[in-house]
Amino acid sequence: MSLIEVSSLSRTYVLGENKIHALSDISLMISEGEFVSIMGPSGSGKSTFMNIIGCLDKPTQGFYHLKGTDVGSLSRDELAVIRNKRIGFVFQGFNLLPRTSAIENVELPLLYNGVTSKQRREKALAALEIVGLTDRKDHHLNQLSGGQQQRLAIARAVVNDASIIMADEPTGNLDTKTSKEIMMLFEKLNSQGITIILVTHEADIAQYGRRLIRFLDGEIISDEKTGD
Amino acid sequence: MNSTLVTFKIAFRALRTNKMRSALTMLGIVIGVAAVIAMLAIGTAARQKISDEISTVGSNLIMVLAGATSSGGARMGAGSDPTISFDDAEAIKNECPAVLDVAPVQTGPGQVIYRNQNWSTMILGATPSILNIREWEIESGRPLVDQDVRNSTKVCLLGKSVAENLYGAIDPVGTILRIKKVPFTVIGVLQAKGQTLTGQDQDDRIYVPITTAQKKIFGRTIPGMVQFLMVKANSVDVLDDAVQQIRDLLRQRHRIAPGQENDFTVENLTQMMDMAIRLTNIMTVLLGAIASISLLVGGIGIMNIMLVSVTERTREIGIRIAVGAKTWNIRLQFIVEAMTLSIIGGCIGIALGQTGSVIVSKFANLPVIISPLSIIIAFGFSAGVGVFFGFYPAYKASLLNPIDALRYE
Repeated sequence: MSLIEVSSLSRTYVLGENKIHALSDISLMISEGEFVSIMGPSGSGKSTFMNIIGCLDKPTQGFYHLKGTDVGSLSRDELAVIRNKRIGFVFQGFNLLPRTSAIENVELPLLYNGVTSKQRREKALAALEIVGLTDRKDHHLNQLSGGQQQRLAIARAVVNDASIIMADEPTGNLDTKTSKEIMMLFEKLNSQGITIILVTHEADIAQYGRRLIRFLDGEIISDEKTGD
Repeated sequence: MNSTLVTFKIAFRALRTNKMRSALTMLGIVIGVAAVIAMLAIGTAARQKISDEISTVGSNLIMVLAGATSSGGARMGAGSDPTISFDDAEAIKNECPAVLDVAPVQTGPGQVIYRNQNWSTMILGATPSILNIREWEIESGRPLVDQDVRNSTKVCLLGKSVAENLYGAIDPVGTILRIKKVPFTVIGVLQAKGQTLTGQDQDDRIYVPITTAQKKIFGRTIPGMVQFLMVKANSVDVLDDAVQQIRDLLRQRHRIAPGQENDFTVENLTQMMDMAIRLTNIMTVLLGAIASISLLVGGIGIMNIMLVSVTERTREIGIRIAVGAKTWNIRLQFIVEAMTLSIIGGCIGIALGQTGSVIVSKFANLPVIISPLSIIIAFGFSAGVGVFFGFYPAYKASLLNPIDALRYE
């Protein structure tokens, strides 16, 4: 069974009188363990697509099944549980909590699923180990570089044993060298079986994936394997 | 439990981040709670002072005065016409169900002499039950007994002021003094009662058996009649019943036809004081209400700051929602934050309010009364203010769209 199954998915925004079709009639399947790059210019609908896949948004029409669950029929809180347990997010702007230590940022998702503080600490340390930030666990955000902050965000994404990581322009704010490090980290996670969905508009970043989907004007214009 | 602790930790951190803002917001609650506590404390103290004074007079008291004579158009004042008898007193005690006890009293001024000291005071002839009715204890010696009344013995109880003025440091019990030249043995000294609300010294009295007073001191009384009766009702609730019962009984006993005026007066001594207490209660409620308004304003201040805080932290809320915070997690976080503000403010307010009421009590010469109930109410109220005024901002925060919130700059 595929991990993500999307059929005739549409997302329409209503802005005053105008209807904007951000996505129209998308059908797509992603299996467990894939590393998918999604490319497209601004306004092509790739972010909208990722928001729906990431259970942050709901489709206007069509179906989205995540591991067999019809996500479109779930309530706001049920979606929150899915995001908490199955999905990890990595954003361009890192989206970490300021004035909070590194380890507390990593622990954040665990606050919302009732694990004890001891387990929280253990899992957070394990996640920091994965991204190589163990020695920075008590640093505050303003003491960390951009690359370190993004690694922290990745630690937060994997701390709850998420099976999918959604990365929206994860290297957009980083220099080339750091970008490469971050992409290597994604490759490492993917090799451990985590499905990675990467949204980018940079071709050299997209080529880290093994499948490339191109979006334009809310539609998929190409979907190809890019095995290397 | 564990996650509640974390919620509090998050709230504290958020409040610490904006120390000045948090402190000013808290100030609103501090002033509100302090005002409520101080107003309630002062009100309670005023009421306590009045009821203390009432208790020195004796509670649930009714006075039955004999009627007034008039000679040549000049009325001589209550008690001058001997219309109340010992039998009336017995009848009131036995036949009025709302009455607990009755003491007939004969009173008049008199000069008292002990050795080379003399003192002018009020002589009260009464039955032993007068002490019970006035709720008065003996400090030393023994009280009057029925036998003293039956035998008209020449014994007396001294009020504290009399004892101090005539005897100084000497123990008066067992000595013999002269009341209007008649020798009396002092059998006891009464405890000090202090002044009445009208400023009379209640300790400037000498109690003697009523029979002795009539026969040996005042002399000119008609046998079997008394000046007035002190009556104690069973409780404050039946005071009015007692007054009515006494009136009905005496009209019947004195054979007063309907429409004819009473030849006696029944006075409810507690009425005035009840009125004073009721007025104080109204004042307390009024002051409390005004103070509550400042608490309300403080609450609105919290709501305002929480709304600002929600807007400022839109991105943080977005992050929390994205990583799996449920509606209630977000709501709880902001409610706890508002509650923390108001509870800390409330605690400071309680301390401040108590200090304030102690100071006011000192200046206004009132007893200091800090009732635990008012503390509990103030604490509960400030926590309630936090929940109430924190809820709307929290509700607003919990409904944010995570996508928009994450993009918020």
